[in-house]
Amino acid sequence: MAITREEVLHVARLARLALSEEEVDRLRDQIGNILDYIRQLDTLDTREVVPTSHAVEMGTPFRDDSVCPFGDKEAILSNAPDRFEDFFRVPRILED
Amino acid sequence: MEFEAVIGLEVHAQLSTQSKIFCACSAAFGAPPNENTCPVCTGMPGVLPVLNRKAVEFTIRTALATSCAVQSKSVFARKNYFYPDLPKAYQISQYELPLALAGHIDIEADGGTKRIGITRIHMEEDAGKLVHEGEFAGAQASLADLNRCSVPLMEIVSEPDMRTPEEGGAYLRRLRDILVYLEVCDGNMEEGSFRCDANVSVRPKGQKEFGTKAELKNMNSFRNVEKALEYEIRRQVEQIEDGGTVAQETRLWDAAANVTIPMRGKEEAHDYRYFPDPDLLPLIVDDAWIDALRKTIPELPAEKVARLASTCGISRYDAELLSSSRALADFFEASVKIYGGNPKVSANECIHWKDAVAAGKISPETIAHAVEDRETGKISATASKTLVELVIRTGKPLRQLREEKGLSQVSDAGALEETVAKVIAANPKEAESYRNGKAGLLSFFVGQVMKETKGKANPKIVQEVLKKKLG
Amino acid sequence: MHEWTLQEAARKVRDKEISSRELTRALLDRIERINPKINAYVTVLHDKAMAEATARDETQAKGEALGVLHGVPLGLKDIFCTRGIRTTCGSRILSYFLPPYDAAVAEKVAASGAVLLGKHNMDEFAMGSSTETSHFGPTRNPWATGRIPGGSSGGTAAAVAAGLCYAGVGTDTGGSIRQPASLCGVVGVKPTYGRVSRYGMIAFASSLDQGGPVTRTVPDAAMMLGVIAGHDRRDSTSVDLPVPDYPAAAERPVKGMKVGLPREYFEVEGLDPAVRGAMEKALDALVVQGAQAVEISLPHTSFAVATYYIIAPAEASSNLARYDGVRYGYRAKVAGGLIEMMSRTRAEGFGAEVKRRIMIGTYALSAGYYEAYYGKAQKVRTLIRRDFDAAFAKVDAILTPTSPTPAFRLGEKTGDPLTMYLSDIFTIPCNLAGIPGISVPCGMSAEGLPIGAQLLAGHFREETLFTAAAAIERALPHPPVAPLEGA
Ligand SMILES: [Mg+2]
Ligand SMILES: [Zn+2]
Repeated sequence: MAITREEVLHVARLARLALSEEEVDRLRDQIGNILDYIRQLDTLDTREVVPTSHAVEMGTPFRDDSVCPFGDKEAILSNAPDRFEDFFRVPRILED
Repeated sequence: MEFEAVIGLEVHAQLSTQSKIFCACSAAFGAPPNENTCPVCTGMPGVLPVLNRKAVEFTIRTALATSCAVQSKSVFARKNYFYPDLPKAYQISQYELPLALAGHIDIEADGGTKRIGITRIHMEEDAGKLVHEGEFAGAQASLADLNRCSVPLMEIVSEPDMRTPEEGGAYLRRLRDILVYLEVCDGNMEEGSFRCDANVSVRPKGQKEFGTKAELKNMNSFRNVEKALEYEIRRQVEQIEDGGTVAQETRLWDAAANVTIPMRGKEEAHDYRYFPDPDLLPLIVDDAWIDALRKTIPELPAEKVARLASTCGISRYDAELLSSSRALADFFEASVKIYGGNPKVSANECIHWKDAVAAGKISPETIAHAVEDRETGKISATASKTLVELVIRTGKPLRQLREEKGLSQVSDAGALEETVAKVIAANPKEAESYRNGKAGLLSFFVGQVMKETKGKANPKIVQEVLKKKLG
Repeated sequence: MHEWTLQEAARKVRDKEISSRELTRALLDRIERINPKINAYVTVLHDKAMAEATARDETQAKGEALGVLHGVPLGLKDIFCTRGIRTTCGSRILSYFLPPYDAAVAEKVAASGAVLLGKHNMDEFAMGSSTETSHFGPTRNPWATGRIPGGSSGGTAAAVAAGLCYAGVGTDTGGSIRQPASLCGVVGVKPTYGRVSRYGMIAFASSLDQGGPVTRTVPDAAMMLGVIAGHDRRDSTSVDLPVPDYPAAAERPVKGMKVGLPREYFEVEGLDPAVRGAMEKALDALVVQGAQAVEISLPHTSFAVATYYIIAPAEASSNLARYDGVRYGYRAKVAGGLIEMMSRTRAEGFGAEVKRRIMIGTYALSAGYYEAYYGKAQKVRTLIRRDFDAAFAKVDAILTPTSPTPAFRLGEKTGDPLTMYLSDIFTIPCNLAGIPGISVPCGMSAEGLPIGAQLLAGHFREETLFTAAAAIERALPHPPVAPLEGA
């Protein structure tokens, strides 16, 4: 199944991946091949089949509503590539 | 041509839990930046969400109070998008299978009631907060504070059943009152724990199809919601009357300029790639749980207003004022239980002192005793007010203060006769004139008696005794 | 002493035949000599491991109660978060990440008294079948250093095979424990989904990922699973069931066990004759000991790879979206705005295979394609589960090859992702169904490359796997520690 350059670029944008020209071309071919292979699923009639999201069949468990502070904010913030006081700093959102 | 508006509202209400929806961090408002965070809510690698039971219960109670059908199986999905205030780059929310469907709320409209449908109620997590350039000393940057990340929200989506800004406001107020009565949300619009987005379109009256809608955001008070709806409806009608069309877009309410403006930027085609969150299993709610929660639903505002107005002999207006807060209505009822008398007077007192009631500065006894002592003539209206103020200031019981400050009135006619006789004797000329028909002099004598008794005499009784002695 | 089994090492420390310090020192020295040849470790904790060993010896000297792995040096795949210890997941984007928390598996291993030697190399974000996609360079197969060790837990399998730790814990999303175990001549277990907590295990495909042991023997694997299995309230998909005595299961006779042979697995194109021959030996070993062979059918087998390559990349595209350069990890230096920062960070921080899967997954979930891809794959997943349900109504275990071929050469398949994906054909269905699987050595190819047999059982029937795998292990020559030239 063919996938166009534009589709590759659209998906890359959704996924926040800056791709080089050469990557776009290569991915178009590779994704096209993989999608072709995947299309074999279309030969199966699944109209009456319920989807499986989880291999475990139970309801989600709960936790009680009690506060237990993590207590080491510094260990979290110290991983930040850019930090201003106790904030994570990021470049300004520019419209593009 | 006459137009009518079609309005639907989406409310995000913050649930009043202690901890966040998927981790054990505090959900409290106003902590220092990134204070209430942990590996889970900052989206660190490998961490997993575990659902807060209370958040589910609060949402189920809301669903029951708004006549929704609670779903036995609902599913958390991931809404994927990149933003620095969204650490996992997806928001856990319910999408295809929400917790509750198809309810309604009745509002007052045009002197009657109108039923507004509720499409769905679902649970989700909040995002963090970005502080933009200009709000701090620094460069071309934004700062992320993740305290709010994963604070539990419920989203309540109405049907497009409202036709006027007033109906929109009435729906929002009623919904807010219900949530506050249920104690599932503090209803604070300014702090953002009760947020509203609106979908608005207009159409020629009588037309069935909806017009193109605009989505309004950024309205942080009930008044602003009504003003924004008013403005937007007028704008759309003018647009059409001028031969134009309404664009489907998101618009922001600018409260300073009193206009809605198109939201810039974010128009990048949003494709959220929802899919069931594999880290959470389906939320299963059985009937026993629903029944147990049904028992915890208190009398809701509409029922309370009706009951107070019909059984307590107070006006509907007063009943509504009292019912604006569940605590105030409870206070009023406790107070009239202690002293029945004229509930109308008690109602006025409760409404007058509502701030002190909310602050817990006075008890139902305070009002009951103030009303009772006034009605039995033990204190004057002025003394009553002074005494309640003293209760607020000192925290002492009203009747103890009444004795300490000597604010009781003398209402015993016998005890007053001697003073009255003394005053008449001291003013023979005036007594003469009164007897000769100058009735206006009665107030002169009352004043003299009051002066003599240092204001402690009950003026009504003084008059009676005076009339008898002068007659 | 590096050739001891996990059980032997644990017993010798317990009986004070050797101290934890001596044992740890010996393995650290061996790592220093051998690791440069195979690159199985990304991080070696020289000082920390020795300090831990010293503490273990002191605990023992005080006569305190000891954990089952007291003093024994182990390693973890670098996908398990370790507090204050760099955790990379084989990626540039996490090359400086210091987790402020331990994965549940890391906690359990520490609580058992083991000593952590270091973190094992892996395919970047566990995406690969050859450990060639690691940002830290490929791991090599200790049996033939020109070949791949399998993946994505290739570092773990290679380290165990080369005697660089007595056991390791890997993760398996589509075969990432069993396939490298098979190619390195060691034992690897993919437990039932929900058996081992995923808390702190960096997610690839959340509905498929499961941590599990890699060891040199079946009883060692049973012992190790006993350490890491169990309910964890921090993982909502963790199942609250008691942990059985797995080592006891490895000693039970296999007599009377019904072993299914799925027709479809043996009809696969490209099944190496050496693998086929080794499988016959494994089956003979079981039958000789009283097991009964039953031919069965798993009719949707051929659809498993296609199903997997929708579900896994879709979940991964969402799981890996958090690596955006905001809170931790690598951030690209850019002059532009936020979107450019994020897009460049991810472009520079992720390798080609990870980007490819993010692209496939994003596409499969995007507007208009969800039903055709993700929705469809979830339905086929149901059909694959049903195949197994039907099979396990008839048999106790299923025997298949783990991998269609022995280890291939480095670089042999990197140019053709689809061919690489197809090498997981035997291991993927197990993850889709959530059932447990084990790979146990069952022979060598003519070139001296290990071959593994895979056994599958019903949900939470790991004991069955240990019983059957131990029977194969008892009957067939067991590979020694890989004879690395000059080591
Ligand atoms: Mg929402
Ligand atoms: Zn948290």
